[in-house]
Amino acid sequence: MSDLHAHSVAYVRDTMLPEATPPVREIGGFKWLRENLFSNWWNTALTLVSIYVIWWLVVQITPWFANSIWRADSLSECRAILDGATGACFAVITERWPQLLFGFYPRSLYWRPTLAAVLLLVAITPLLMPDLPRKLLWFTAAYPFIAFFLLWGGTIWVPVVTMAGFGVGYLAYLATRSLGPLAAAIAAIVAPLIWWLFLAGPVSGALGSVMPWGLQPVRSDRFGGFTLSMVIGVTGISLSLPLGILLALGRRSDMPVVKMSCVIFIEFIRGVPLIALLFTASLLLNYFLPPGTSFDLILRVVIMVTLFAAAYLAEVVRGGLAALPRGQYEAADSLGLTYWQAQRLVIMPQALKISIPGIVNTFIGLFKDTTLVVFIGLLDPLGLTNAIRADTAWNGIYWELFVFVGALFFVFCFSISRYSMYLEKRLSRDHRQGMTR
Amino acid sequence: MTSLTEGPPKPAFRIGMLLSDKRYRSLTIQVVFVMLLMAGAAWLIDNTINNLRALGRDFSFRFLWQTAGYDINQRLIEYNSQMTHARAMLVGLLNTLLVAVLACILATVVGVIAGVLRLSPNWLVARLMTLFVEIFRNIPTLLWILIIFAIMTEAMPPPAAFRGEEASSTMILFDSIAVTNRGVFVPAPMFERSLGWVTIGPFSLSLTFLAIMVVIVGSIWANRRLLAHATAVQNATGERPVTWWKSILILLGPFILLMLALGFHLEYPELTGFNFSGGIHLRNSLVALWFALGIYTGAFVAENVRSGILSVSSGQTEAAAALGLRPGLITRLVVLPQAMRVIVPPLISQYLNITKNTSLALAVGYMDLRSTLGGITINQTGRELEGMLLMMLIYLVISLLISSGMNVYNARIKLKER
Repeated sequence: MSDLHAHSVAYVRDTMLPEATPPVREIGGFKWLRENLFSNWWNTALTLVSIYVIWWLVVQITPWFANSIWRADSLSECRAILDGATGACFAVITERWPQLLFGFYPRSLYWRPTLAAVLLLVAITPLLMPDLPRKLLWFTAAYPFIAFFLLWGGTIWVPVVTMAGFGVGYLAYLATRSLGPLAAAIAAIVAPLIWWLFLAGPVSGALGSVMPWGLQPVRSDRFGGFTLSMVIGVTGISLSLPLGILLALGRRSDMPVVKMSCVIFIEFIRGVPLIALLFTASLLLNYFLPPGTSFDLILRVVIMVTLFAAAYLAEVVRGGLAALPRGQYEAADSLGLTYWQAQRLVIMPQALKISIPGIVNTFIGLFKDTTLVVFIGLLDPLGLTNAIRADTAWNGIYWELFVFVGALFFVFCFSISRYSMYLEKRLSRDHRQGMTR
Repeated sequence: MTSLTEGPPKPAFRIGMLLSDKRYRSLTIQVVFVMLLMAGAAWLIDNTINNLRALGRDFSFRFLWQTAGYDINQRLIEYNSQMTHARAMLVGLLNTLLVAVLACILATVVGVIAGVLRLSPNWLVARLMTLFVEIFRNIPTLLWILIIFAIMTEAMPPPAAFRGEEASSTMILFDSIAVTNRGVFVPAPMFERSLGWVTIGPFSLSLTFLAIMVVIVGSIWANRRLLAHATAVQNATGERPVTWWKSILILLGPFILLMLALGFHLEYPELTGFNFSGGIHLRNSLVALWFALGIYTGAFVAENVRSGILSVSSGQTEAAAALGLRPGLITRLVVLPQAMRVIVPPLISQYLNITKNTSLALAVGYMDLRSTLGGITINQTGRELEGMLLMMLIYLVISLLISSGMNVYNARIKLKER
């Protein structure tokens, strides 16, 4: 063939040409710019608009931050220092940041919420990082009681005796185990209830009079700022997940009565704004409880926020349950697992994995919704911005406070959402693992 | 051989089987559950009755027909302080629905634009949109409402700044819109020859509005008939008749004629005295609530739109291209119908969220359902139990209506499998 070719073509080059450098528009930054920013007229227009927007934002914001005043005693002093120029008066943050973080918590006791926050990190680390030793989970389990003691103070025996209720339950379980699993389960539920309702009070009182250990008590109305948001948010999150799972299971139950109750509860809570529930907690609860009972406003709010988030979580978890193939349920049944065994070992690990994004979004929503407590008179960070503005020295200051509060919420919520993305990636066990879109 | 049909021998019923036998256990659990539930409900109701008696109150909704005695600054229907609490509640409900609808529209527009642009091949735009979505999603709604309200009241010029030859502020869009710290003033649509009103019970309906609605719905219906006819012709002959000018004529012609017949014109806001008058006055509270809810929810909608578009696999686009469809047709016939199935259900739950979040109106003093019925009415009459229950019921009904709409849609677009 080749000789034929040689006859038909007048000239054939028999050596390779040296590689030429690509044209300048096809390499390096120039190529990247052309492909990503100026590939056609529409893209070019978008790029120009974006550059204009960025430029405008920078021009608007930079002087405000660059000229910011960090040391001053009042807004008028700030303005005097700025002398007509644009600039932020972050002096209000310098002066009031303890209040934004801790509310009206006694100044000398700031170490307590701080320590509680640090311990919170310690407590959630074993949940977030499964490589750590499992023994650390015991600390996580004890954390709510430690945090309660640190934040509210008072005698140490109330949390200790409350915690002992679980021990009582376990002892009752051990004692009645020989009577059969059902009797043991009933004993494990009834014994701690009896302990908490009738014995815990006298026991902690007696212990307190013998060994009066404790911290200076702090009343709930001193709570405020981010401490309050964290207390409501963290408690709500940790209580709403188990409740939400139970509601989801109830909604998918074969028992019509249980199913109907769960549907009505979930749809009612989801159909009503959180504000209405909070007002119910603050205005109406006195109607529904025996005359003379009154309990802590923060506790009421936590209950309402928990119920609210639980209804949303129930729907998210239900979606995860519905997404599981029937084969998983049937396989668990054919292995002879009981309902709760199947849920614990087969169904929930998969269903919860599917629902991680939804669960985390609900948590973020709950954390953001803690700001609504300002409407029933609790001083969350947003409520405190109003309180600070009521001070004559800082009357008329808006943006600095909003920027500070917004930044704190952003850091929290953004890091939670990034963690959930990491978790999703780590838990994905399907064949697409490692493949990129 | 008869023993085969009889099956295994049935064991006699024992009391222990109520717990150990799967057939009876669910019954036992349900009976216990109902008993606990009834006991709990009875306890709550008993407490409520006792508490009401102790306070010397009864449970009745008669307060709704008493004179309200308070003013509402934004009203879509006629209202004054001499009217009843029920009427005030209705005004509040309409305000709630107004800001909800406005915010839903804004959220959809913002969400679609941001969601599509986030997928843009343009590096800069995609990053900018990611920044926008993350910032708005991760900061509480309430803070956004307060921020926008503060922008409106603190950073906007007072009406006096528009005065004089050397005014420091000017109206925008050809002198038609004035943005001031007392609210936004926009031109109002007016009719020289109005058709009047009909009154049905407590409602009065504008005939002009009705006529416009009838014409719009009629034009859309006629246009659909035209397109259906064109498709029928195309199916029969293979040639599609030209329809675009007929469509424009059908859609716009009757509408323009009606507008001319009614004498449509715009009434522009004008600076008189210390404030603007004429036109429509959008209060700062409405604007703050509208934009905050719209943009905040828009960031969530953007994520829905993005995931919806990403959910259509590239194989679908490629297959459509292999069939010879043009890019516009690929989007319209292949990608969008499949993406909509993913986008619309979460979109509707976002609408639901907006409707419930309008109750944050409290923060800016917007007179919505919560501020009228759940606020001033309760404070004046002291009927917090009845008022809150009624308010929750109304919100519940709105939510159930929206979610039943979603269920109808889901059933319609569900994949038709074997």
